[in-house]
Amino acid sequence: MTASLLVEELAFAYPDGHQALFGVNLAVQRGERVAVLGPNGAGKTTLVLHLNGILTGGRGTVQVAGLPVVKENLREIRRRVGIVFQDPDDQLFMPSVREDVAFGPANLGMRGPELEERVHEALALVGMAQFADRPPHHLSYGQRRRVAVATVLAMRPEILVLDEPSSNLDPASRRELADILLGLPVTILMVTHDLPYAFQLCPRSVLLDGGVIVADGSTYDLLCDTATMSAHRLELPFGFDPRSVGAPAG
Amino acid sequence: MSGGHAHHQLYLDRETAIHRLAPQCKIAAVLVFVIAVVATPRETDWPYAVYALALLGVAAVARVPALVVVRRMIVEIPFVIFALLLPIIARGPRVDVLGVSLSANGLESAFILLAKGTLGVVASILLAATTRPRDLLLGLQRLRMPETLVQIMTFMFRYVEVVLAEMTRMRIARESRGFQARHAGHLRVLANSAGALFIRSYERGERVHLAMLSRGYAGRMPVLVDVRSAPSQWAVAALLPLVAVATTAAAWVIR
Repeated sequence: MTASLLVEELAFAYPDGHQALFGVNLAVQRGERVAVLGPNGAGKTTLVLHLNGILTGGRGTVQVAGLPVVKENLREIRRRVGIVFQDPDDQLFMPSVREDVAFGPANLGMRGPELEERVHEALALVGMAQFADRPPHHLSYGQRRRVAVATVLAMRPEILVLDEPSSNLDPASRRELADILLGLPVTILMVTHDLPYAFQLCPRSVLLDGGVIVADGSTYDLLCDTATMSAHRLELPFGFDPRSVGAPAG
Repeated sequence: MSGGHAHHQLYLDRETAIHRLAPQCKIAAVLVFVIAVVATPRETDWPYAVYALALLGVAAVARVPALVVVRRMIVEIPFVIFALLLPIIARGPRVDVLGVSLSANGLESAFILLAKGTLGVVASILLAATTRPRDLLLGLQRLRMPETLVQIMTFMFRYVEVVLAEMTRMRIARESRGFQARHAGHLRVLANSAGALFIRSYERGERVHLAMLSRGYAGRMPVLVDVRSAPSQWAVAALLPLVAVATTAAAWVIR
């Protein structure tokens, strides 16, 4: 089976000379949920921006469901890779929720009842269908985050990429979003500092530091590996012990 | 932390014939009305009464209270000040008003400036009070205003509250550290804040653009909502500019 996402030997330096990635290798199979962990400045955002071809020009390749991320394929790549950015105010730029969710599919050429249907489907998946006509700035932060997820689900992506999905959410919104994400029939790559959230949502984690993947395995094993964790500035929140939750079955 | 919603809206939610008119009809009507008012010959003054009555009629049908209109006319104050200066600084034959020597030309110019300005401002206030900002943008789009300009205004409408909230947070942060603008030297601090706000907004613009690209944006916004207008709506909306154009024409003939 073709992997949802295949990153091989990806290296990248910014124009100012700062090298952010030094040869990243990562394969994510269809239906997997993978967390990308790592300290600030590890190269997580740089990696994310390569997945849909916003950043290119370094060494190495990225493939999404077998399709290489190159200029000729960008349109299809951006349909296949749905990135949910950290600040929903960056993601939601249209005057109403409905138009925002319609933006992606409309750019793919969809119109009329088919587009309506797609918008409704995406909003229903995140439980926001009744807010379609609201302007985004009249929603709560948690609701905006959910609509942001819907805006990319509307493009029926191969892989959903989330940048810090739990940031700034109150505990109830955080849990609601987790319930929604767990129910989605889609491959998920989630960049986060929220280790319990990664543990709850993603059976597998990769640890990115200094522009390379330094660990790749089950989230449970990684969080229990105190030596690796502390070597890369990762710390569990006070009072949280993955062992008390136990290794997930399977 | 999320601030309360700022409500500094110009729109008055009512169900009237004027509210129901398609936005493009109303925008075109106000535009033609203002042009007709500006084209009034300078020797006459009776047409201004007719224009004012016409606007009064619109306000009555749209059920916009006079007080609301008057309060919003504050935006005109800079023009009023300029108009009031005209009789004092203008040259030419002088007349005595209450013992003060004023320029006759200046007085006339001041009256015309005030009258035309006020009519334009009131017409715009009525347009804004009867049309949602979102519909105004759709109307402009329908009237074939250049797409880029409509996009810029649409983004402004979407992000004005985000930027205001950011500004409020910066003010709170300043004041929490004991800052209060008391003398001109403090302008430096405020200027720094303005600069920081500009940079933040600029960076947000870049992130928004990134998010747009990520969802397939290729330079054109898809048209997702359209506002259609029936000929009957154009007919109703044409009443106000027709009155104004007829008045101006009459004034040119009989001056």
